[in-house]
Amino acid sequence: MKRLLLVLLAVFAIPAAAALKVFATVPEWGALAQEIGGDQVQVFTATTALQDPHRIDARPSLIARARSADLLIATGAELEVGWLPPVQRESGNSRIQSGQAGYFEAAQYVAMLDIPARLDRADGDVHAGGNPHIQTDPRNILKVGEALVQRMKQIDPAAAVGYDSRWRAFSERWRASLARWEKAGAPLKGVPVITQHKAWAYLFDWLGMREVGTLEPKPGVEPTVAHLSQVRDQTTRSRPRMVIRATYNSARPAEWLSAEAKLPIVVLPFTVGGTPEAKDLTALFDDTVARLLKPLK
Amino acid sequence: MKNASVAALAALGVLASFPVSAGDADLKTLREEIAQMKNAYEQRIGALEKRLVQAESTSTQAKAAADKAATQTARAGEGKANAFNPEIGLNLQGALTRTTRDPATWTMQGFVPPGEPDEIGPPRRRGFTAQETELTVSANVDPNFRGYLNLALTPGNAVELEEAYFQTLGLGAGFTMKGGRFLSGIGYQNEIHPHAWDFADAPLAYTAFVGNKLTTEGMQVKWVAPTETFLELGFEGGRDNSFPGGARNKSGTGIGTAFAHIGGDVGASNTWRAGLSYIATRPGARSYDGVDAAGQATTVSFAGNSRTVVADFVWKWAPSGNATERNFKLQGEYFRRTEDGSLKCAERDTSGACGAAAGITDSYRSAQSGYYLQGVYQFMPHWRAGYRYDRLDSGTPSFGPTLVATDLPQLASWKPTRNTVMLDYATSEFARLRFQFARDTSRGPGLADSQVWLQYVMSLGAHGAHKF
Repeated sequence: MKRLLLVLLAVFAIPAAAALKVFATVPEWGALAQEIGGDQVQVFTATTALQDPHRIDARPSLIARARSADLLIATGAELEVGWLPPVQRESGNSRIQSGQAGYFEAAQYVAMLDIPARLDRADGDVHAGGNPHIQTDPRNILKVGEALVQRMKQIDPAAAVGYDSRWRAFSERWRASLARWEKAGAPLKGVPVITQHKAWAYLFDWLGMREVGTLEPKPGVEPTVAHLSQVRDQTTRSRPRMVIRATYNSARPAEWLSAEAKLPIVVLPFTVGGTPEAKDLTALFDDTVARLLKPLK
Repeated sequence: MKNASVAALAALGVLASFPVSAGDADLKTLREEIAQMKNAYEQRIGALEKRLVQAESTSTQAKAAADKAATQTARAGEGKANAFNPEIGLNLQGALTRTTRDPATWTMQGFVPPGEPDEIGPPRRRGFTAQETELTVSANVDPNFRGYLNLALTPGNAVELEEAYFQTLGLGAGFTMKGGRFLSGIGYQNEIHPHAWDFADAPLAYTAFVGNKLTTEGMQVKWVAPTETFLELGFEGGRDNSFPGGARNKSGTGIGTAFAHIGGDVGASNTWRAGLSYIATRPGARSYDGVDAAGQATTVSFAGNSRTVVADFVWKWAPSGNATERNFKLQGEYFRRTEDGSLKCAERDTSGACGAAAGITDSYRSAQSGYYLQGVYQFMPHWRAGYRYDRLDSGTPSFGPTLVATDLPQLASWKPTRNTVMLDYATSEFARLRFQFARDTSRGPGLADSQVWLQYVMSLGAHGAHKF
């Protein structure tokens, strides 16, 4: 019996208490919470940059992690609608239910783009709240971070001093980086590009780039041969400079168009961990800007 | 404004029809009066037009303000389906089936018929058929509860209450409670709605042991352990109106279940879950219409203990956990049911079967088991192929001295098997078209049936997230 208990203990090793337990749905919010929380938080990230954030399963491991979380950070705008609601409900954790202080939705703190005029699934995977990929604009990271640090202080007042000082340091560094990225990214202004999925609205809004076509016929619908040929035919008029896809996207559609229309492919990290270089939030944008500039040289 | 001009024109018309014989003075007065009226109306029309323009501009402003407010409200209420309206979803399912044997004569040799057959088991009709249409309505009741309703509209034009329950949102400490009528948490596939199944029909084991699905009408308590490995324990108690329970008129619990699930990830690419469940019930008079060996109509009813153990396992694989392109799912469940009590066989008409109207009652004991194993592979976006193997073992029931096997030919020993292959194409996560072929021997020796399905599954409206 004693041995059985020991085995059980080993299997269900209970993690060390004290630190604020954060459950982040996507890597960018996990990284942001880590920047603010430092060693005062224990961050679990539900998905990786190699996974399509629209298509995640409500895995048992996610329910187990949500069970003990003090703070759930989601993007909102229906990005996680396919898996987060059952995870919240099944977790039996009252702190992280929608409407509670322990549930934080990043999209509520930024100005949303691409809000559809009509909601119809004939238009593909449309989000009523607007385009949910808000993390591709570094100015949004600042807005979300400001709201997040307040929320973390509210939930865990004991660590407020630490959260505040780390946030001050991070936001100062971030502002400096913003100036640097904007200077470096100046040549990208007005550059026409083709993307795989409408995932970059905020990035283009920030850098002033122009999206002249998408490989997906409708948001969330896999590219078809007919649509790809149409996009290729349009390139003679729109003259895009590159075709952009995220790491998690299938490589084939972009490769096809690249070969057909003699366009360079740019694979962007999309979120923290999407490329070997994008190790943290700062590196994510360093790498994104550098990769975008490459075809212009 | 339109009315005003019409009135003015009418007035002019009436005036114009006055006799011409009137004197010049009269004519002059009339002309003046008309001119005055005309002026008055023109002024009024002008005033009205002005007011209209004003009203239009204010309404544009108001609309802009309302739009802005609506956007803000929408922003503030993001994540909710539609303000205070509940989320409403609809699942349309239908099929074209072709079977070599008449579905109306379907039986599962060696097993007690699992109650009234529904649309989600073996084919019930040949040719074109609408399957169950599911209408779901759900919303948070208040910060503490969520309500859910699932109505099945059957092709027989009946409305069935599949599920109607409330669920707690904030009990905390890992506890969740459900009350009402709901799909039991036993096994793996039981809680998954038919529109999310990988095959067009339920596994044979589900058909034989729980009548395609086990519905509990009562309470459920679940607890998730505070560990990194998923561990969930659950208990249910309720009325026994779902097979294998039946017809027990009693206060308190008619059916009880207990289940444990454990699961986790292996690397980023693999996820698994395994479980063990137990169903206990004591049917009071669970009966079915049978025939004896001479073809005479009988009613057979069972009273006693019914205990079922279910072991389930599911493993999902996707490269780096990204299921968009390719993924694989392996799923299997094992059922074992033991029943002991008394069996009563009586005639249904005046045929004199089974000791005529008085019937024969004797002791009965059976141990039956079955399993299925299925794998589904998405080999490219939109396309999946799958194979399922079903096997059941009816065992040989033991009766007391008075009942003889010829009274109960339905329960004579048999080991049904079924091989099923499936290919489906999904245009999006909301629409799926499926081809399925099965070779089924569950009717008994020498009665193999070939079944072809062409099925569609469409989900529209608010579509709740699927469970794992």
